[in-house]
Parts: sequence; C-alpha cells; structure tokens
Amino acid sequence: MSVGSIVLVVLVLAALGYFFGRRRAVAASAKSGVKLHSLSGYYGQTVALFTAVPALLLMVAWLFVQPIIIESRVSDMIPDSVIPQGGALSLVMSDVRQIAGGLDAVLANTELSEEALNSGEVDFTTIRARMAEVGVALAGDVPQEVYEAAKAYRQGADIGRLMMTVAVIGLALGLLAWSMRRIEPRMRARNVSENFVQALLIGSSTIAILTTVGIVFSLVFETINFFKLYPASEFFFSTVWNPQFRGGSDLGILPLLWGTLYVSLVALLVAVPVGLMIAIYLADYAGSTLRSFAKPAIEVLAGIPTIVYGLFALITFGPFLRDWIAQPLGLGSSSSSVLTAGLVMGVMIIPFVSSLSDDIINAVPQAMRDGSYALGATQSETIKRVILPAALPGIVGAILLAASRAIGETMIVVLGAGAAARLDLNPFEAMTTVTVKIVSQLTGDTEFASPETLVAFALGLTLFVITLGLNVLALYIVRRYREQYE
Amino acid sequence: MNMLSDAAAEKALVKKMNEVNYKMVGKDVSVYYGEKRALFDVNLGVRNNTVTALIGPSGCGKSTFLRCLNRMNDTIQGAKVTGLLTLDSKDIYDPDIDVVELRARVGMVFQKPNPFPKSIYENVAYGPRIHGLARSKAELDQIVEASLQKAGLWSEVKDRLQESGTGLSGGQQQRLCIARAVAVSPEVILMDEPCSALDPIATARVEELIHELRANYSIVIVTHSMQQAARVSQRTAMFHLGNLVEEDDTDKMFTNPSDQRTQDYIMGRFG
Repeated sequence: MSVGSIVLVVLVLAALGYFFGRRRAVAASAKSGVKLHSLSGYYGQTVALFTAVPALLLMVAWLFVQPIIIESRVSDMIPDSVIPQGGALSLVMSDVRQIAGGLDAVLANTELSEEALNSGEVDFTTIRARMAEVGVALAGDVPQEVYEAAKAYRQGADIGRLMMTVAVIGLALGLLAWSMRRIEPRMRARNVSENFVQALLIGSSTIAILTTVGIVFSLVFETINFFKLYPASEFFFSTVWNPQFRGGSDLGILPLLWGTLYVSLVALLVAVPVGLMIAIYLADYAGSTLRSFAKPAIEVLAGIPTIVYGLFALITFGPFLRDWIAQPLGLGSSSSSVLTAGLVMGVMIIPFVSSLSDDIINAVPQAMRDGSYALGATQSETIKRVILPAALPGIVGAILLAASRAIGETMIVVLGAGAAARLDLNPFEAMTTVTVKIVSQLTGDTEFASPETLVAFALGLTLFVITLGLNVLALYIVRRYREQYE
Repeated sequence: MNMLSDAAAEKALVKKMNEVNYKMVGKDVSVYYGEKRALFDVNLGVRNNTVTALIGPSGCGKSTFLRCLNRMNDTIQGAKVTGLLTLDSKDIYDPDIDVVELRARVGMVFQKPNPFPKSIYENVAYGPRIHGLARSKAELDQIVEASLQKAGLWSEVKDRLQESGTGLSGGQQQRLCIARAVAVSPEVILMDEPCSALDPIATARVEELIHELRANYSIVIVTHSMQQAARVSQRTAMFHLGNLVEEDDTDKMFTNPSDQRTQDYIMGRFG
C-alpha cells in the first residue's frame, strides 16, 4: 500500500474514532446517569488523536529508518572488487538504487512477472534492453553483483513497505480500540486533550532546534572532510583564491572574507545612520497620520527581491558610480565595485534598522519622556540622553539583524560587486564575497569529493561562526551597557 | 443690582489678588483635548512659599490644571489651552517665553516614580547638565549632593551613587525624582499624586519632605487623600467636573467649606 493510502486509512479511522468515541461517551453518561467530566467532543478528540498521531509518527520514523537498514544490508553484498578505482561505495550504491527503480518500472510496464525476476530466469542483458524500452538508461557496465544487490534492494523495500502497512494500520486500530474502551463519564478527556496540545507544541519547537543542530553537524562533517584534503592553515591564511577544477588550486579564504566584511561595512555605514534617523523621526517627531503612511512605505524596501536590487546595481548605479566618480578621480574603470554593492545593499537593509528601532523607541515608556521634558530638556536632548540609551539593546539587535542580512546577501554582490576575489582597499575595485563563491563552487558539479567543492562547506561554516560570534558579542555589549527601565 | 454686586465682587477679587503675594496666577483657564473640554474658566493662584493642594474626584481636571502650569499639556497631541497663565506676572503661553526655560523654573514630580535608567548620580545631574548649571565636575558633585540632601535621600545613597536609579525602592525612587526636580533650582514644584504608588512609611517621608521644601519653593500638589491634603497644604482648591468649586485656607476647607459639594466630597459622600 502506498504512503498516501496508508495516511488516508489512518485519517478515516481517526474520523470514525471521533464520531463513535463521542457517541459512546454520551451513551455511557445517559446510561449510568453520571455527568460527563468534559464536553462530549473532547472524548471523540482523545480517540481521534490516539488513533492518528502515534500511527503517523511510527510511519514517519519507519520511512526514515527503513532505507538505512536496507542499504547497510545490501552494501554488504557488494564486494570491494566491484568498486571502481578511486570511486566510493556511495557511487555504487546510487547505481543500485537506480537499477532497483528501473526494475520497478519494467515490472509495471511490461509483461515480465515478479516470480520470473526473483527466480533468476531473466539475466541482466535482457533487463537492460527492457529498461531502455521503458525509458531508464543505465550508464556503463553493471557487474552481476550490483544487479543482484539491486534485486535484493527491491525485495527489501517491498517487504519493508508491507511490514510498515501492517504495523501502522495495526497500531492505529489497536489504539482506536483501547481509547474507545477507556471512555467513561468520569474520564478527564479535556485534560488529556490539553496535555496532547502541550506535547505537540514542545515537539514543534524541538523540530526547529534539531534542524539547526543538524545543519551545523552536516557542515562540520563536510568541513572535516575538506580539511583532510586541503591544509587548514592554507585555507585560513592564504591570500590567494584561485580554484582549478583540474586540482592544485589555491583556496585561501582571506580575500573572500575581506570582500564580505568590506561590502557589509559599506552597507551598514549607509543603513545604520539613515535607518536610526528614520526611526527617531517616525517615533518621536512624525504625526500619527504621516507615521501610518510612511512606515509601511519604508518597509516595502524590505519586500523587494534582492535580485531586483542587483539589477539596479548592475544597470543603473554601477555605471553611474563609474562614469561620474571613479573614472574622473582615476580610481578605477569597473562598473562592479564594492561601493556599488555596498550602497545598494545599504538601501536594502535600511528598513531592518528603521522599522525595528522605531518599534523599540516607541516601547520606551512615555514616563521617561515626561520626566525629561519636565526638567526642561528639548526633544533632541531627551532622545539623545534618555530614549536612545534606554532603547540601546533593541537597537543593537536591529543592527545585528541588518548585519547578518548584509553578510549573507548574495545576489546584489554577484551583480554589483563582481566575482573577482581580491584583497584591496580601493572601494571602486570589483571584489567578491564568501556567499558568492559558495554558489560558484557548487554550480554545475554535485560530486562532493574534491577540495574545490568541499570548500563550500568550510566557507559556509566560517560564515556561520562569524555571525554567531557577532551575536554573542552583541549580547555581551547589550548586557554590559543596558539601561533597564523597570 | 445683581450686575453691581458682580462688579463689586470682581473688584474685591482683583484687590485681593494684588494684596496676596502670588507666584503663579491662572485666569479663565480652559483646556480642550480635541473636541472635549476638560477645564472650564478656572481662576486660581499659587502663592509664594505655600503648598496648594488640588483635590476632587477623578477626571475633575486637577491634573490637567497642574500640567498647564509648566505647559506639559503641549506634549499631548490635540490639547489646547486658553485663558491667561502667569509666572511672576509674565504670560507663560506668550510666544516670547521659551518652554524649556519655563520648565526649568517650574519643576514636576509624577504620579509614578520615573527615574531614568541611569545611575543615581546621573539622574540628579541630568537637569544641571542640560542647562549648564555647573562649570566643573566639583560644582556638579556639589549640586547633586545638595539636591539629594534636600530630598532626604543623601544618607541612604551616598555610598552607591553609581548604582542604577531604578534599583531603589519605590519611595526612594520618588525622592530621587524630587531631588532631580530640585537640582535645576526651580521656583515652583508641581506634584501629581506623588504618593499614590507608595506605602504609608514612604508616604510619610515624602510628606515630611514637602513640608521642608516649602521654605524655598512654591508647591502645588494633586492628591486623592484628604488626610494628605490636610497634613501638607496651607491652601486647598476643590475641582469638580472641570470647574473650580472653591479655593480657601486648608483649615477652613476641611472644617467649614462654603460649598456643599466640597463638604460632601470631603465627607466621602461622592467621588
């Protein structure tokens, strides 16, 4: 039975469980004369929840675990001699999966029977022809062992699917019966429901945390692989970035890191002062009518896709900077430059600074303002000496959010700053950033075996560590200098 | 006949106003919040070195009147003040008057203690700093110490001036706010229910303080506590529904008020 139909069966069972559970509770109450502890719907709900949720969870877990078990069994069947020189077991295993999928297609579309295949009557040459008929093309020579492994893989998957169907529907039925039987008027169905909701919420937050942990781990493992192939000291301290897909490349992160920090710095130099002043104006000077109009208008900036900013940088702003500033001053002749990308990116992150800071400044109690005005302070003195210090933690948070957006930004840099890895102080030169190079290292090649591709993970991890460090630093600053009201 | 007596009464009032030494005078003061009128032609004076208590049920306009005296109503959107308000016989709503300077001369203490989230020292030094009252660090230290002394807080905080003002207890915070107001050497101090968020012991301390401050300042205090008005003030003004009911010596107001509404309010029959 397919996954979709199993889910459908379980859901139908749950719906029936709700209906009959509710009826049973009402009937039991009427018969014994005991008042129901909860509303009748809650009894139905407990039955439905206990029927559907554990069964579906079991199915999800099964779908994760089954391929792992089958692969480990099947990979034992493959002798080392089959693995090509310099290749990996994982490559052979992907062949196995492909052939298994091909066999499924053959069985579905031709008159070849399951028994004939499993008894070994059909040899691989015929199969290859049949597969070509149904549109599955195989690459190269496939050894007999791999063919056998593919057959075993198919069988394992079939058996597993059958076992899963039985187990999931069996569990659903069993819990349906159990939860129906325990219904009686004194049962606290409402509280059961409540606990269930709580468990659901905890589960959801766990998913978010586990995902983060998972991402970090995958990054860490691939990075370790990379450092096995390429010396860490070169990666961190070499000033040359020159990947060659034939091998022998220089993969120094410094030029990329420099580009990233330079572009982000320019962007923040634009966004922080402008954004803060917008926030102060909106929060303390603008009337409510203007504010209700201007704030969403500024937030529109954040909604523009970054590729559009990139186009703007490439077509309008870059040439403008080159023709009117860089060339007359003799500072460069490239239309893609750090300044182009940085300034455009700065405009993009203005709303991150202004909108959040505005909310935070607004959240400073009116009593603080009154206290300051009553002492004869002017509006700007009040903002400078009372409001901003009180709002500082939130403002730092807003700036950090903007900074991490700037550091992680890719499209604007590709189109605005170019792709040349360079260590230079001149802001009119083309440079590039870590994110751009991650993209270019992974484009067109999905085989993660060479240092040239694995370096992407090392770059990603470095970026992650930097933003994490920024966050920790900001937390420290905020704790240290916070002026807490109440 | 009636007109004559009105004119005579007016004359007597003007004469009285000239005799008594008034610090601030409000004449026909009305306040509008947008369409709503909150104060109806109030005539009320604040005497030199006197504590004037403003009493009345909630929403009667006493806080509104108080906030007119240092133009804090300006900070409320849509608020409009008409009539004449003078400080030392000068119109405080005159365009020539700098509101910043006015507020330095007429200080204010709020209902809820609102120290800035800064150190105790910085809280008190805030006013002197923005007005440039101290020429050196030593002078500023002196102002801070003197202000805290006047607010009766010095002995409690002298060893921890660098700690946050928000870490003090409620009563200490309110006295810190008084010290903050005193530090800019105002001539009048306005207090908007300064004890309503404090416990009885802290209230007693603040009341004691008001007594002492009277020697140097004119004080206007809004209060909901009849006992407090009786204890701290020399003059009492009764407001009701945006009107000034009557204003007289506190002793007379509490023993023999001329208006029935005052009598009823003080006896707790309404409000």
